Amino acid sequence: MKLLFKNAHLINPAQKLNKVADILIIDGIIKKIEHDIMSEPDVKEYDLAGKIVAPGFVDMHVHLREPGYEHKETIETGLHSAAEGGFTAVCCMPNTNPPIDDASVVKSILQKAKDVLGGIIDVYPVAAATKGREGKELSPMLELSEAGAMAFSDDGSTIYNTEILRRALEYSSMLNRIIIQHPEDLELSRNGVINEGFISTILGLPGIPSIAEETIIERDIRILEYVDGFYHAAHISTRNSVEIIRNAKRKGLNVTCEVTPHHFTLSEEAVKGFDTNAKMKPPLRTQSDIEALIEGLSDGTIDVIATDHAPHSFDEKEVEFLAAPFGIVGLETAIGLALTYLVHKKHLTIEQLIEKFSINPRKILSLPEIKIEVGEKANLTIIDMNKKWTVDIQKFKSKSKNSPFHNFELVGKSIGIVNNGNVYFNE
Amino acid sequence: MKSKHLLGLFGIEREEIELILNTAHNFKEVLERPIKKVPTLQGKTIVNLFFESSTRTRISFELAERRLSADVVNFSVSGSSVAKGETLKDTARNIEAMKIDLVVIRHSSPGAAHFLSRVLNAGIVNAGDGTHEHPTQALLDMFTINEKFGRIDGLKVCIVGDILHSRVALSNIFGLKTMGASVSVCGPKTLIPRDIEKLGVKVYYNVNEAIRNSDILNVLRIQLERQDKVFFPSIREYHLYYGITRERIQKYNRDIVIMHPGPINRDVEISADVADCEQSLILQQVLNGVAVRMAILYLLGTKN
Repeated sequence: MKLLFKNAHLINPAQKLNKVADILIIDGIIKKIEHDIMSEPDVKEYDLAGKIVAPGFVDMHVHLREPGYEHKETIETGLHSAAEGGFTAVCCMPNTNPPIDDASVVKSILQKAKDVLGGIIDVYPVAAATKGREGKELSPMLELSEAGAMAFSDDGSTIYNTEILRRALEYSSMLNRIIIQHPEDLELSRNGVINEGFISTILGLPGIPSIAEETIIERDIRILEYVDGFYHAAHISTRNSVEIIRNAKRKGLNVTCEVTPHHFTLSEEAVKGFDTNAKMKPPLRTQSDIEALIEGLSDGTIDVIATDHAPHSFDEKEVEFLAAPFGIVGLETAIGLALTYLVHKKHLTIEQLIEKFSINPRKILSLPEIKIEVGEKANLTIIDMNKKWTVDIQKFKSKSKNSPFHNFELVGKSIGIVNNGNVYFNE
Repeated sequence: MKSKHLLGLFGIEREEIELILNTAHNFKEVLERPIKKVPTLQGKTIVNLFFESSTRTRISFELAERRLSADVVNFSVSGSSVAKGETLKDTARNIEAMKIDLVVIRHSSPGAAHFLSRVLNAGIVNAGDGTHEHPTQALLDMFTINEKFGRIDGLKVCIVGDILHSRVALSNIFGLKTMGASVSVCGPKTLIPRDIEKLGVKVYYNVNEAIRNSDILNVLRIQLERQDKVFFPSIREYHLYYGITRERIQKYNRDIVIMHPGPINRDVEISADVADCEQSLILQQVLNGVAVRMAILYLLGTKN
């Protein structure tokens, strides 16, 4: 397949690349980056004037739900959703049934992913850190890694036992792989369903205090300092979590973290009216937390934007608030939200955004660096910064529609991706 | 009434509360007559959907419905299809398919009444949604206060007990604040929800001080079944330091009026002699409950 993108704005901060040029891709390899490349009869040509071509985006926190929960999402629908959202790679979380704690599950996921959209999306399974995600015995990390696991986590469950966490960090560090912690103290979060504070008080809903997250991160960082592994805090949501990680980074510890788009765009106010699509873990917090998360993104404390894409079927969410499962879908709104709320509001530059979505997650996962230069593999996300659009959950490619962003007016979105010799353009 | 539902007192305007209380006043007269029944809701069907056990609220609603001549259907969890795994939405929609005009719901999940109001066409009355609101209880409390004092405006009402897990407290705070009362809460810090002062409510940790500074004490039930020793050490300690006893009242405020939404744990949150004393409005509350619920059902049931 031959692709010619005319007048594309190529941006890759890792190469200090920022220029407008034509780019010719043949069979997945970048052949030319020049001005005024002449078209040929068998070349598919796209005019990308005013559009950005960036290194392919990674969502390092996705629940594809397969195997086990195919009524919520399948590898096929999840990867269609990722492509539509502008991602050329996703990390899929291990809370499947069976969980990803055995090499055979890793292989089966990779096998299925190859058949979706010609294999345009790279799937990097995150395997369980402990057997059955039970937090008791280490999973076979060496074997899982050899099968294709790129990181380890008991996501959804916190690795609670401090000795297990210590050993998981030590063991995984031999592989240069990270441990992704879902930081939640279960005694403090108890039966909580939304942020503890004024809103939980007036809605009479049991609260999850911010300290449920912060105490685990604080504790884990002490352990990390002692053992020297690679620790990644998933979906941080509070002001103090940002502060704790900022201090740990100053000390030079190998700690990284991510934030979801919903945590830097929505506050606990979104729960008013008992909307179950505003129910997730960690819960939506306060305006002050949002400000701190954005500061953390801006000063580099927060390395990555990841969606925690958590599909649930309509009927599962169409219940009374306490009975609803936690989580929302995120793949198809992430880039639009980040552009609208971070870049257009001048909290981040477009280069910083590309770092959060592509360069940093790839570094953290020890994936090869993407270069937009002749002779390199084309792994690209194409962005229209100024496209105005309205989120319509009915148009989601994801099997599930559980999003609090329905009818949000956003500015900017991904319009296509290129990877593994394939191209996907949004309709 | 502006809405066809009564989901809670949050955001309900003063005029609406006054309308309900005035209407209840008329129905209370009906309850004093030898024949206590009016034909107002003849031909209307009301279903009482009770997903939590309740004696007095259910009986009070049922009596109110029958005295308005409505047809009444009772649904309670035991022996129902809920036990077979049916969702709240399906249960409610199946019942509604039988042409129901009003649904009275009691459920353990905060927001359950709001949820039903989104998925059903019938009018919804919240008879208690978990730890969120219990608007009819707060309205009958306000009716009782108004009957006793001739006003609500300017009175000092203190709600004492487990505020954190109380739907009665929250509805009373919303309603009383709207009606111009000065509201405080009192209890051990572990039972006071976070940021409650942002509602314009004073917080007391010392019950004697609360008694001294209030006209009315609304004493909440301490839920013995909730005692997992995290919130306070023991019933004994609670009674010693927060129990409403005759000695406390005589020492700190002999004129204080006592209310309690029931059911009472005698000699836990309130001592027997206080519950039965002449300043206690507890039994009036129960009688007024029927009148207030008649008013609400009438106002909602006669909206086209």
